[in-house]
This record gives sequence, C-alpha cells and structure tokens, in this order.
Amino acid sequence: MSTKVIETIAVSKEFSDPVTVKILKEVSFDVHHGEFVSIMGKSGCGKSTLLYILSTMDTDYEGKLYLNDELLTGKNDKQLAKVRNEKIGFVFQFHYLLQEFSVLRNVMIPGLKLAKYSTEEIEHRAMERLRMLGMQDHANKKTNQLSGGQKQRVAIARALINDPLIIMGDEPTGNLDKLNSDLVFDILSELTKENKQTILVVTHDPEFAAKTDRIITMADGKIIS
Amino acid sequence: MNIKLILNVSINLLRARLKQSVVAGVGVTFGITMFITLVSFMNGLNQLLDGLILNRTAHVRLYNEVKPNETQPVNFSKAYANHQNFISSVKPKDSGKEIYDSKAIMKVLLSDERVQGVAPKINTQVFFNAGNIELAGVINGVDIAAEEKLFMFSDYVVEGDSRDLATVSNSVFLGKGLADKMLVNIGDVVNVTTAQGDFVSLKVVGVFQFGLADLDNTQSYTSLSTAQKLFAKPTSYITDIQVKLKDVMLAPAVAKEYAEIFQLDAIDIQTANAQFETGSTIRSIISYAVGVTLLIVAGFGIYNILNMMIYEKMDSIAILKATGFSGNDVKWIFVFISVIIGVSGGTLGLIFGYLLSLLIDNIPFETASLPTIKTFPIYYNPVFYMIGLSFALVTTYIAGLFPAKKASKIDPVDIIRGK
Repeated sequence: MSTKVIETIAVSKEFSDPVTVKILKEVSFDVHHGEFVSIMGKSGCGKSTLLYILSTMDTDYEGKLYLNDELLTGKNDKQLAKVRNEKIGFVFQFHYLLQEFSVLRNVMIPGLKLAKYSTEEIEHRAMERLRMLGMQDHANKKTNQLSGGQKQRVAIARALINDPLIIMGDEPTGNLDKLNSDLVFDILSELTKENKQTILVVTHDPEFAAKTDRIITMADGKIIS
Repeated sequence: MNIKLILNVSINLLRARLKQSVVAGVGVTFGITMFITLVSFMNGLNQLLDGLILNRTAHVRLYNEVKPNETQPVNFSKAYANHQNFISSVKPKDSGKEIYDSKAIMKVLLSDERVQGVAPKINTQVFFNAGNIELAGVINGVDIAAEEKLFMFSDYVVEGDSRDLATVSNSVFLGKGLADKMLVNIGDVVNVTTAQGDFVSLKVVGVFQFGLADLDNTQSYTSLSTAQKLFAKPTSYITDIQVKLKDVMLAPAVAKEYAEIFQLDAIDIQTANAQFETGSTIRSIISYAVGVTLLIVAGFGIYNILNMMIYEKMDSIAILKATGFSGNDVKWIFVFISVIIGVSGGTLGLIFGYLLSLLIDNIPFETASLPTIKTFPIYYNPVFYMIGLSFALVTTYIAGLFPAKKASKIDPVDIIRGK
C-alpha cells in the first residue's frame, strides 16, 4: 500500500517584514503511507515553516497541498480545523498540554471535539493509548506533575486519539535528554512498524534522523536531497 | 459546534483562574446589587411621594365650574346674528354646583371599560367654630366605601376608624392640623356654620393626616348623607364625580371625552398635578442612569480580566487550535467564560439586591407628615430584577465578545514557534 498521504506541489512562502525574504522556494515532495520521514536542515532553512504549512495551521502560502489526495489549499478556517482534528496528530517541541485539565482529559479533548464516539468510548480509547505509551498510571494527574518526557508521551497519546492519517512532529525530542529522546523515538518507530502509522518529523538532530526511513534535507528553502 | 465540550473547556479555564474570575463576578454582583436596591428604593420613594397627592386625586374629576355663560343673550338675536358682538362687564353665573342626573352619569361611567371606579363627592366651604373664633374649612361629603377603595383613605387615618363615618350619624373626620387648632379629640363635638348661615353640630369620630399642611389644616370628611343634610339638599345632590381609570395615562383623553358627553367640566390628573409627573420621571431616570453606570463599570472589569486571561492562555488557545478547534470555537469558549461570570455574578446580585432592599425596608423612617410610614419605602417589582439580570447578561456578553474575537484570531503558529 503506497498511497500518497501528503503531497505538495510547488509550495512557496515569503515573509515581507521588514524585507521580503523567500523562505520556501517551490517545494514539492510527498510522503507515502506508513513512512517515517524526517526533515533535516539548518536553523532558518524553512523546515518548520514547511511543517506548519503541511499541518494547515499556516495558510499564507503559494502552491498546492494535498492530504490523502484531497486539496487543502483554499479551505476556510473551520474546514481546516476539522481536518486537523480528524486527520492530523501534532507533537510539538514544547510538550504543550492544557494545564487546566488532567492527563486523561488532555488526551480525550480532540476526541471529544470530533465526537465520533461516545464519551465513555473516547475515555476507553484514551486509556488504551496511554497504556500503549506506559502512562496509564498517570491518567488522573495534573499535567504539571509530569516530567518533560512524560508530557511528551501524553502529547503523542493525544495525537493518536483520533487515529490520524499522519502524525507531525516539530522537534519532538528537541527539549528532552538522551534517555527520554530515545524513548520517544522508540515509541514513534514502533508506531510505524506495528500500526503502519505515517509520521513526519522536523529535526536538526542527525542521530534521530539517521534512524528514520527517509531523510529529506533542506537548505535555503529548497529540498536538496 | 460541540457546546458541551466548549462549555467544559470554559469552566476549566475559569476554575484555573478562580481568584480573578471571582473578582470579575463580584464586580457584576456589586453592580446588580446596587442597581436593584437603588431602583427599588427610588421607586418606593416615588410611590410614596406620588401617593401623597396622586393617590388622593381622582384621575378625572367632573364638576361644574363657576364661569360666565358662553352664549350671551345678544347672540340669540337674529338682528345681530352676523355681527361681531362686544359685551363688556360680563359676570359669572352660578348655575349651581350640583351635578344634575348624577346617578345616571355614574351608571354610565361604571359601564365604561376604562374606568376602575367612581366616587361621588360633595365639596363645600364652611366655618368651624372654636369658641368665638371661626376657622375657614372645607367639608367633603364622601361615600366612604368608595373613597376607601379608590383613594385608600384609611392609610391616612391617625386616629379612629373610617367606617364610623358611615355608621355614626352626623359624624366627621378632621384634618390633624384642624383638630389640633380646635383642641378637639375623638368623641368631641364641633360646631359648623355653613355658607348659607345654618348652624350644625358634628361629632368627631377620627383624625386624618395627608402630610400636606394645606390640606390637614382645612379639610374634613363626612358621609354623603350628612353633607346633604347639612345643606338641606336631596339625596341626589353631589358636586363632584371622581373617576379612577385603569390606565392613568388615558386621563387627558377621557377627561375631554366626558366633558363633551356630560356637558360638565372635567380636569385630568396630569393637568392638575403636572409637577409630580416630572419629579417622578426624573427620579426614575437618575436611578436607572446610576444603575446602568455601575453595570458598565462592572463590564469593563470583565473586559480587563478576560483580556488578561487571553494573554495568559495563549498557549492553551494555540493547543486547542492545533488539535482542531476553529477560531469560532475559541471565540465561544471566551464568550461562555464571560457569560458564566455574568450569570453567576448577576444572580448573586439579584439575591443581595433583594436582601439589601429588605434591610432598607426595615430601617425606621418616621416623619410627622407621613403618619402611616414607619420605615423607608421599597417597591418590590419583578420587572426590576428582570431588567437587572438581562442587563448583566448583555454587558458581560459584550464585554466578553471583544476579547473573545481577539482570541479567535490568535495564530497558533506564532505562539508555538515564538517560544
């Protein structure tokens, strides 16, 4: 099975403050189902910008973006929010969790938002994912009682709650020590191997990138390999 | 939109900043409390002051005025029909103060749907004799039952029972000032000289006090039949018909209409007491203005606190957006926060407003001019509470809307990358 989960056609973006800088220059690439892809590059090469365009949170670009052969370019805020909710799981560098909620609730919220299952079922699914990541014992804790690595695992559980087409990560291990970093990588690579989960990660850690299926290297807003 | 989830997120955000939320809520509570108290108190005062005169005044009074005849004899002359006639030194003609066919008129009035009630009255000048001094005064012959029903006569009775007027023959109720001047008490007899020169003795059965010295020093009340006897008139004799309407605002139109139908003079309450209307209206305007100002200040409090909350919750907003909440969802989260503050603060405000009104209602307020008033007046009206709550809702909604719109426009990428 080798369908294209993500495909970009000549995506360009420029910042015009204070001088016009072309940060992405006609980037075209695709990610296939079940792939674990990493995007490498030096700071400022546009890799994060590209990721945010792919995640649909940034809509100010030229070119075309397809998710699962569905054109996302030009959709409105509400439609894109639905796409993010249903089809994209996101893991950030700074393990962003909602401090106002418990761990379990944090994982459940995107599921509740999608409202595809009943609340009990979403809770069950959230527990399942927490168990998968070894976090089931922390389900009722507040998020500020967790360590960085634990928070990141909760964030991954949250990204998985709606069975997304793709998980995107912006330096998911960038803020973690070696031990936790390896743990997070193992979890991600297990997800691809066992669940055929498509994962796209931006990183500047060559060691991390080397272990992924495919490395896309960027420089100066272009893909060089 | 998943309202349950959005409401749940709102409540959790609120709980996370409980102290600030409570402060914002207290602002609304204070505003509504003061609004309710102020409006209830002001309207209570209004009613009291209006009651002094307006309760005692018929909405429409029908009577015969002493005035010159409008058609002078020369106008009947055919020879001068097409002339402009100038007549000098015309004198008023006393066609008698009696209202003719009064029973029939009252029957017609009572069948009018706009009329709440009708009370007949005989109004005459007399002299009260106290020793060798004569005091000018007025005797009102009234149907005490009708007077009670329409004008709450017993509210103003200081001593005695108003029903005695109907049961004791040749009885009289004196104004407090008049009774004090003549040094009479209940059971004493006063001598009265009528305008026709007749001399009558009346038994004092009570004393009233309207709180207006002009009235209390000159007025007295007796039954219709005693008054008729006093002037040796038949039982159909009355000089005034007082009409109370269901809607006081109709009085001017109704007065005009009745004057035409019955060929009598008619004066409406608005014309007779214009200054009271103005006073009431202005007092109401002031109390509403102060109440609304308090609520607007509370609204600014909410606006500030929500604005602050949005800056604090940038991360959470970004997360919500990244995990699939649209700008509209985020807007509603903050609108809900504001409205929750408004509803809870407002409801508490209503309760405290009621309690504060109760408190004021029990503060002693005794004044010589108002015998029946023992405490400060409060007007309990559900309409005030309705206005208070809906205004709290509207202000908090508007105060929340602007910060909420700002939150909905936050770009998650800026927040997530900015760190």
